[in-house]
Formats: sequence, structure tokens, C-alpha cells
Amino acid sequence: MKKVILMTIRRTEQLADGIYRTVLHAPEGDGFGTMMPGQFLGIYPNDPAALLPRPISLCRQDPGTGDLVIVYRTAGRGTLELATQSAGSTVRVLGALGNGYDLSRFRGKRVLLLGGGIGIPPMLELAARLAGESGTAKQVTAVLGYRSSDFFLLEEFRKTADRVLIATDDGSAGTHGTVLDAVREDGTAFDIVAACGPMPMLRGVKQFAEERGTEAFLSLEERMACGVGVCLGCVCRTVNRDDHSKVNNARVCTEGPVFLASEVDI
Amino acid sequence: MQQNIKESPFGRFSHGRCKERGTGYINKMNLAVKIAGIELKNPVMTASGTFGSGMEYADFVDLSRLGAVVTKGVSDVPWEGNPTPRVAEVYGGMLNAIGLQNPGVETFVRRDLPFLAGQNTRVIVNVCGHTEEEYLRVVERLGQEKAVDMLEINVSCPNVTRGALQFGQDPACLEALTSRIRRVARQPIIMKLTPNVTSIADLARAAEAGGADAVSLINTITGMKIDVERQRFVLANRTGGLSGPCIKPVAVRMVYQCARAVKIPIIGMGGIASGEDAVEFLLAGATAVAVGMMNFHDPHTTEHVVDGIRDYCRRHHVSDVRDLIGAVKDA
Repeated sequence: MKKVILMTIRRTEQLADGIYRTVLHAPEGDGFGTMMPGQFLGIYPNDPAALLPRPISLCRQDPGTGDLVIVYRTAGRGTLELATQSAGSTVRVLGALGNGYDLSRFRGKRVLLLGGGIGIPPMLELAARLAGESGTAKQVTAVLGYRSSDFFLLEEFRKTADRVLIATDDGSAGTHGTVLDAVREDGTAFDIVAACGPMPMLRGVKQFAEERGTEAFLSLEERMACGVGVCLGCVCRTVNRDDHSKVNNARVCTEGPVFLASEVDI
Repeated sequence: MQQNIKESPFGRFSHGRCKERGTGYINKMNLAVKIAGIELKNPVMTASGTFGSGMEYADFVDLSRLGAVVTKGVSDVPWEGNPTPRVAEVYGGMLNAIGLQNPGVETFVRRDLPFLAGQNTRVIVNVCGHTEEEYLRVVERLGQEKAVDMLEINVSCPNVTRGALQFGQDPACLEALTSRIRRVARQPIIMKLTPNVTSIADLARAAEAGGADAVSLINTITGMKIDVERQRFVLANRTGGLSGPCIKPVAVRMVYQCARAVKIPIIGMGGIASGEDAVEFLLAGATAVAVGMMNFHDPHTTEHVVDGIRDYCRRHHVSDVRDLIGAVKDA
């Protein structure tokens, strides 16, 4: 069940240029329950002139303490306000939103996780749930695409995934190019792909997966208003007629944000 | 389907005299209003397009506490709507250019209407179309559905164009369409007016002359947002409808003007966020109000507005909310 909760900001820290990590704490017994990787929160700014919730993906969670970690880019007034709010202050949070990844699809497989830019953070929770002793995947390779060597979350991925590859736009570290360039260069073997990042990257991943005949899941982003499937602002084109809308549009906030690449027309 | 529409503000104490906040004694309070002979338990509705068919907000809102749920626009066949981006935030509000995406009337009747029928609230279905024939087909189809209490006719969406002028911008056109719909409709009809005209009162008169049972206003105000860093339009549609608290003064003014122009009831909307906002519309002459964009800011807004109206009445010793309608006095 979706709800609005007043959460406390435990701490916020800057991870890279314009990239912040905020740890949110839900009141005892009043969290959103266990969230799935790929799901997101709607964070309402306190600024009375900025009215819409900011959709921000879950980066990590601690079901034990009810803490939720989000990592985001300051893109405007809402996220800037969030990044500068002091520890101990509160924010209104709408959640848990979106479908998230179906972990059973990754069971026993060699998984390729592709994160580009601010699409990197949601991959961390997915990596954590798939890799390691309690993980259900056979092997998890995370491929992270940054603008430069101004990395964020890299250490966390190195602790979590079985392997980590890096690509940078400026060539200052790892493969000079995109996450797909890094995958091709490395020649790593995989059975399934999960990707989050800018639209050109996701289009590339969709094509790449189709060429290889591999199943791929894409976590999409779109301008959003309500976050709960009402306003129909955040739709994406679908290959087949969507069951809810009866047209070739699915709601990113509700049917998504995670879609099978072969089902979306991007 | 007559219900007991008298609501007690004092819950379990309703049979006794209650003193509230030292403001004196009120034995009972009436929040019910009537539109076209249909009673609403209170004046608070949802604005079309901001509440889906109620189902999506049922996690947050007890729908039975609302005067009515007004659905998202329903057309005769499924509509795809506009390309994305469809929404943009602006100072104190938002722009949208959804383009009336909806699954069509048959899916609505099969999937959404049975849910709404069980919610113990009035059901008002918003109807949209490109042509007169399309409107009439939906109106006729919904005429067979007893669960539909009223129809709201969207003749004013700024994001859907067919021809040079929207139906809703020309009084003669609007009157003709209203009377055609009136002849076919089995339920009372509410014409939803656009603010994107020189004189909205002329449109209200045209709707009344055409036989409308009520008018609702305002729909969104056409706006535009440009991303100056990228030097591009923010919306794929370039223009979008402005809604939210930033449009409230315009909406209040227009409700006032229409209330002076027609005798049929007015449903006022535009940025309502609180009980006080709702009362402002009532004082301007609205019989009922609708909460729109602010549902996106807080999914509980509709219920807060109901509570806020009740608190206001208590504070001001108003025993009947209808006494507020059009009661504004000069400064």
C-alpha cells in the first residue's frame, strides 16, 4: 500500500560534483516495508512553490533500521533544497513507488548491470540483492559509466558486485566511451542485462541486447507529476497495447519504471 | 438512492450540544449541497484528470468522505494522448499537456465504474471528444449506466485541438453543443468552461441557454515553459495547461463573474489546497468546489479540504454551508 510518511534526514553528504547521498529514516514500524530494487520514492520539497514530488530511486536500504539511502543529482530547486537540508530535519516522502526488478528473473544467471551517470545508484541495491552469498545470481558484473573520474559509489559497487568495470566520457579512467564500449572491450559473458541511465544509453542497450538475443530490463525515467498512476504524465511508448491504458503507452511510475527492453518502443 | 446527507461535525457527540474552541454552540451543521437536484454530502469533488477514476487514490483517501468523484475524461474510443514530456513544474503550479489519454468508454464502464459505484460517493464522469458525434456517443453510452450520477462535458481542454477554435471558446458553438447533449443525456450535465477567453460569463450564459444543469470552472490556463539552458520547450506539445495555486485568483474572479451571469449552480476550481481556499470559491458564488493539481502535492488534500470547510463553519458559526454561497461583501 502506498502512503505518505514524514521521514527524518539522518545525514547528507556530497559524493561528487552535483551528486549527493541522503539517508532517510522512517519512523519505527511505519516505513514502506521492504522495497524492491528499481522502486523509487517521491520526495516533496518544503518550498511551498515547488509542489510536485521528486522521483528518486532507492539506492540502498536497511530493513533492520528502516533507513533508506538515496543518491541523486541536484537538478533544480527541489533536489537542491533536499541536498542542503540539515540532519534531523524532516521531509514528506511518498512511496513505495513503481514496480522494481523481479529478482526471480536473475536466478542462477550471469548478470550484467549497466549504470550510466545518475542511473548508477539504483543498480547498487540490485547488485546487493543479486550478488554475494545470499544473492541469487550466479555472477554479477557491474559496469558504471561516469562523465570523468569524479566517481561516486564506486567503492560500494566494488564491495558488492563480483566484478566492476568503468567507462568514462572523457577517458580519464577505465574504458574511454560508454558502458557498452566497456562491455565489448572486456568481452565479459552474461545471460541477462539490467540497465539504468540516460535515454541514448538505454536505446543502445536495447539494441545491444536484441543483437545478442539476451533478455534486458531497462529502468526508465520520465517527467512525472503524481507518481501514483493518476496524471498519465510519465508514459512511455510500448510495443504492444498496454492493458491498463488500452493504447501503446505504459505509465513509467506504475507499470514501470522497470520494463523488459523488448516491450518498450524507445 | 437517497442517503442521509446531513453530516455531523461532532461525530459521536452529534446528538448533544457541543462547545468547540470556545466559539459557541452549534447543534448541527449542514455541509450538503445540491446540484441539479442531486445531493452531495459536502461540496468537495475531485477535478477531472487529477484523480484517475478514484482507484489510484483509494490507498490515501476514504472516497466516501467526498461529495463526488469526477473522473478523468472519457472518450468513445481509447486515446493515446500527446508525446512526452507531458508535465512540467512551474512556480506554485504545473503545466500539463497529457492530451486526454484514456482507455475509452467501454473499458471505463467495465473496469472503473463498478469500483466507483461501490464507494458511497457521487460519480461524475467527465466526457471528452473531438467532434459533436464523439461527445454524443459517450453521453448516450453512459446514459445506460445507473451508477453515473452526472456528466461533466469537457469542452475546454487546451491540449486537444480540432479545427481552429475549441467548442468551448465560442458561445454560439457551446450553446449548440450543450443543447444537443442535453437532448441525449439521461443524467444532469455540467459544462466545464475554459478560462482562455475574453469573457467567461458569456460562455456560462451560453451553456445555461443550451440547457446545462451546471457549469464548472476553470479548466487550465494555456501556458508555456522554456528551458533556458537548453533553449528548448519543456513540453513536447510546446504549450500546456497551467494549474495549481498560482491560478487561484483568476479562478475565483471567473467564478464570481459567472455567478453573477447565470442562475445554474457553479462548481469552482483552480488551485484549491485548503478549506479556506474552498470557502473563497463558495463566497464568490460556487455551490461546490473541486480539488485538482494539489492532489499531486498531497494525496490527502481532498479530505483536508472537507475538514477545513467544517472547521471554518465552526469558527464562523455557519450552520449551513449553503449560507456561504455568493456571500462575499465589498471590501
